Amino acid sequence: MTTLLTVEGLKVDFPTRTGVVEAVRGVSFTLGKERLGIVGESGSGKSQTGRAIMGLTPPSARISAERLDFDGIDLLDAPARQRRELRGKRIAMILQDPKYSLNPVMSIGRQIVETLRTHEKVSAAEARDRALGMLEAVQIREAGRVFDLHPHEVSGGMGQRAMIAMMLIAGPELLIADEPTSALDVTVQLDILRILDRLVIDRGMGLIFISHDLRLVSSFCNRVIVMYAGRIVEELPASELAHAEHPYTRGLLNCMPKIGENRHPLPMLDRKPEWAL
Amino acid sequence: MGAVSAALTIEGLRVIYDEHHALKGVSLEVRKGESYGLVGESGSGKSTLLRAIAGLAPVAGGEIAVDGERLGTGRDKAFYRKVQMVFQDPYGSLHPRHTVDRLLLEPLAIHGFADIEKRIIRALDEVGLGSGFRFRYSHQLSGGQRQRVAIARALILEPSILLLDEPTSALDASVQAEVLNLLEQVRGDRGLSFLMVSHDLAIVTHMCERLMVMQSGEEVERLSAADLAARRVTKDYTRNLLTASAGFVRTDEAAGHSAGL
Repeated sequence: MTTLLTVEGLKVDFPTRTGVVEAVRGVSFTLGKERLGIVGESGSGKSQTGRAIMGLTPPSARISAERLDFDGIDLLDAPARQRRELRGKRIAMILQDPKYSLNPVMSIGRQIVETLRTHEKVSAAEARDRALGMLEAVQIREAGRVFDLHPHEVSGGMGQRAMIAMMLIAGPELLIADEPTSALDVTVQLDILRILDRLVIDRGMGLIFISHDLRLVSSFCNRVIVMYAGRIVEELPASELAHAEHPYTRGLLNCMPKIGENRHPLPMLDRKPEWAL
Repeated sequence: MGAVSAALTIEGLRVIYDEHHALKGVSLEVRKGESYGLVGESGSGKSTLLRAIAGLAPVAGGEIAVDGERLGTGRDKAFYRKVQMVFQDPYGSLHPRHTVDRLLLEPLAIHGFADIEKRIIRALDEVGLGSGFRFRYSHQLSGGQRQRVAIARALILEPSILLLDEPTSALDASVQAEVLNLLEQVRGDRGLSFLMVSHDLAIVTHMCERLMVMQSGEEVERLSAADLAARRVTKDYTRNLLTASAGFVRTDEAAGHSAGL
């Protein structure tokens, strides 16, 4: 398997009035055309890792890495212009809540067309056809009608499908999905995951799936990275989750209530200071 | 209905927002000391039901009774001594410019309690925060600590019924376990009745003895947590929810694709 992305010793620091907040403290992994899950709780640095790869780290932050390499391009040294060309074209990102990630004053169709025409020289008519085709690919039944709707006129599930359509229309090689289904109802969640799964497999993309939900991620990905306090505490094949070794991973799995289990009180996660070292 | 054993009785409750029928005649009964769950997806009316009980939604018909006493349109002080609510988002439900002390003091002052000092310290103790948190602002607290403050504020009036609207869905899994354990413990200590809303079947089966599944403002079915755990369900909608909550399962066709990756 060819390596698409290499991350070595990635650090993201936020200088604040009260000192430096180290959000990511030396994260290393490689990614090929596979599905990699990054799991952690709030503040673990999982989202900042994804944003650093995408180039969406706020300007106030300090970002450093021994290597941050996408298909031979050094992302940290790349000029802003080159990163703009990569973003949306070769690396795409899906965010948590379509209510906030879609442009509220632009119809869904126009947003998808805009993405396409930013990256490819196509006629307006062809762009429209491809956008409609993409809406159908994410299983929107009346693509023609949805094309002209604004984000507030569609449900959360429909909005997230539109978001996926917009992100995939330029044919990216790497897709970063940051909690793509956390704002959705459980039944809709599965529809979205099925669509994402199919498209990622059919198009041979690399996927980084960032989530707080360890079990969901392990059912969807090949490999899982568990993050705690800005570092990777464990990396394991998704199928081996039951045999996780790190007490944090085990604690995280244990503390969730399960249907048909009778554990009162629930086991609590006993955080050890040495995990954060 | 209205038997002594019922803490809360709801009969044919309807709520209409403008033209939208958010609740279309829902009935349920929560026994004294019982924990009752409401499950459904967004728009099912589960939160509206809680808000209607608390007097925060426009009731268009039906009856609500607490301890056998029928409620009118208004809610008096005596009602809020008996029934308190904990909201979903601890970032939105605590006043950002009040200290924890003032947040806890307000309900005590409104209801004319005397030994305020003692009660505040005891309330903080009970939710596991300690008096060190007393003079902090909510932005100085984590999500789990905020939800503990919200629970302390609800408990400080010594209510007999707690309305819980997704009390842990804004929290991390490990913090969720702590808050769920805390809720179970105070329920046991004080013999409280819970009416708890959640979209998560696992949480409801863990916390509640009986539950109602709701969809588009109506009851789908009522069942016991044991029935749900054993998958003794009669409606397809409930079955779908159960399947969905089991997580993502790759179909054979797609699995074939992925094997070739």
